[in-house]
Amino acid sequence: MTIPTLAVWKFASCDGCQLTLLDCEDELLAIAGAVRIAHFLEASSDVRPGPYDISLVEGSITTAADADRIRCIRAESKVLVVIGACATAGGVQALRNFRDIDEFRSVVYARPDYIDTLATSTPIAAHVPVDFELRGCPIDKRQLLELLTAYLTGRKPDLPDTSVCTECKRRGLTCVMVADGTPCLGPVTHAGCGALCPAYRRGCFGCFGPMTGPNVPALTRQLKVLGMDDQAVDLVFTTFNTAAFAEERTTS
Amino acid sequence: MTHRSRQLKVSALARVEGEGALHVSVRDGEVERAALQIYEPPRFFEALLRGRKHTEPPDITARICGICPVAYQLSSCNAIEDACGVRVPEPIERLRRLLYCGEWISSHALHIYLLHAPDFLGYPDAVALAKDHRELVERGLALKKAGNAILEIVGGRAIHPINIRVGGFYHTPTRTDLRPLAEQLRHALDAALATVRLVSTFDFPHLLLDHDLLAMQHEQRYPIESGSLHSASGLSFPVNEFSRHVVEHQVPHSTALHATLDGHRYLAGPLARYSLNFRQLSPAARQLATEAGLGPQCRNPFQSIVVRAVETYYAVEESLRLIDAYERPDRPCVDVPPRAGTGHGVTEAPRGLLYHRYTIAADGTIEAATIVPPTSQNQAAIEDDLRRLVAGNLDLDDDPLTALCERAIRNYDPCISCSAHFLELTMDRG
Repeated sequence: MTIPTLAVWKFASCDGCQLTLLDCEDELLAIAGAVRIAHFLEASSDVRPGPYDISLVEGSITTAADADRIRCIRAESKVLVVIGACATAGGVQALRNFRDIDEFRSVVYARPDYIDTLATSTPIAAHVPVDFELRGCPIDKRQLLELLTAYLTGRKPDLPDTSVCTECKRRGLTCVMVADGTPCLGPVTHAGCGALCPAYRRGCFGCFGPMTGPNVPALTRQLKVLGMDDQAVDLVFTTFNTAAFAEERTTS
Repeated sequence: MTHRSRQLKVSALARVEGEGALHVSVRDGEVERAALQIYEPPRFFEALLRGRKHTEPPDITARICGICPVAYQLSSCNAIEDACGVRVPEPIERLRRLLYCGEWISSHALHIYLLHAPDFLGYPDAVALAKDHRELVERGLALKKAGNAILEIVGGRAIHPINIRVGGFYHTPTRTDLRPLAEQLRHALDAALATVRLVSTFDFPHLLLDHDLLAMQHEQRYPIESGSLHSASGLSFPVNEFSRHVVEHQVPHSTALHATLDGHRYLAGPLARYSLNFRQLSPAARQLATEAGLGPQCRNPFQSIVVRAVETYYAVEESLRLIDAYERPDRPCVDVPPRAGTGHGVTEAPRGLLYHRYTIAADGTIEAATIVPPTSQNQAAIEDDLRRLVAGNLDLDDDPLTALCERAIRNYDPCISCSAHFLELTMDRG
């Protein structure tokens, strides 16, 4: 049997999701024994040509060249998995989608004309078909390991499609919203982090993006009961998954 | 070979964080141009921070870099607290330092074992290295894991910690929470000691830099989370004068801005920190540095891996000291009510100085944000190294010369996502 090849790719992002693979300190060498890492620039100078059995893609599409590059990667990849909030929802840089890009460019650069960028930051699925999406800003290490193990054993990954609330209850944490009156996006946010923020007595700020079928209007009413004004509600929904939550807020 | 004009090209520099390219042109035996081109797509953080609340920069700026998020979080906390005229109490400052030590250990171990050591040992990556020297890579991973354990317990998560806020923390650990960490760190201290000894045996190409050096200094301790600014040329200034001395300008070939210090090239990072603060290291770390062949200053960028190993040892020791003396703060944070004004904040990220400045309105809305990351400060120094390396090694064939240039860039552990990101090397001997 031939060993499957793994490629890791980066678009506009912070490297945090691919770093999650290197942060599997106990499992990294075992993973490297089970797949052949054929392209992973952050970790290796040994770069091999495609096709690749599985590609992990981090980052969002923000330049015309990157829009072309993702099409080439898709064509060379049997399975394409997008990892993290940038790749699944456009990331924090998607805040530009709702603003004037020329103005953004001139705030940061004295010579904006040197800067090549698209007016939008879009998820990978807006450009090519995607086989699987792993959520999070950053992704969760246990979920990444489950995904890779499932792929290597030829089964479907067992990943939750519920809300952070369900993870919070399973951990037996006291609800920060009920007990402390702390605004929390847990009821509408995709599970995966293990209810990290409530465990540290802070409200969830939605870094795994919206769950399937979230009741955003009900939560918005509750956030206002807790004293958040319209602007504060807008800010909490417009961070790392701003584009995904924007869709949920207009359709719900 | 020396006298002909030639062109070398590497399409992707590996084992660096981010995306960029290098262009070197040699004409008639003279190095005409050495340009580090960063073409990481810009993400416009300074623009998108405007209109946000003064409590938001620690979470938002963390997303500039997955490898050194704590640096972003704490430089932004320092700047916002400065704008609001708040100083956090000493116990919170000590817990911040412990968290930051975690990031230093994790980031330095990642760079030493996974990104840099393969250069010296002749492997393309740590996985290939592990086939011949498994125990060595396992040691590096264990060391990195110890750093991440600090980040997870104190920060909640290794990448983009969630427990940091302006004014302190959301939740502070108990002494009992930290106990298992101390056990893990005692093993890590042995691993860090072995790391210094390992890297000190590497073969270092000869290169002496003549850049100025800029780093923080602190009266009582090796600079990490607080301090003022000092240069090897004798400049001393508080952080609120940073922008009077350090000026960024744009170059056509890069999405990262270039910085100068009073108009001249300078270097930030481990070499600058070590050379300006040797006496602030612990006695054991100083002795270890000396045994490893370092003087009180280090100006060979290829030895930065030794300096990083010494700093890793120091950070493990310092973490153990901080845990040993830990008293849980009365409150996890202090209030930071907003007021109109401008605040400045600086900390020592693993790869060098990281400066943040925010102007906020009376209600806490951010009106302007400026972030000067270490890699943009070091770009000019990296380009100068490349120019001198190529000029001194023109007799090498294209492949080994290109490889030497890539190694020189890796000396700086450049964080290209931070400075704007992928390195492509073009050597034009045209």
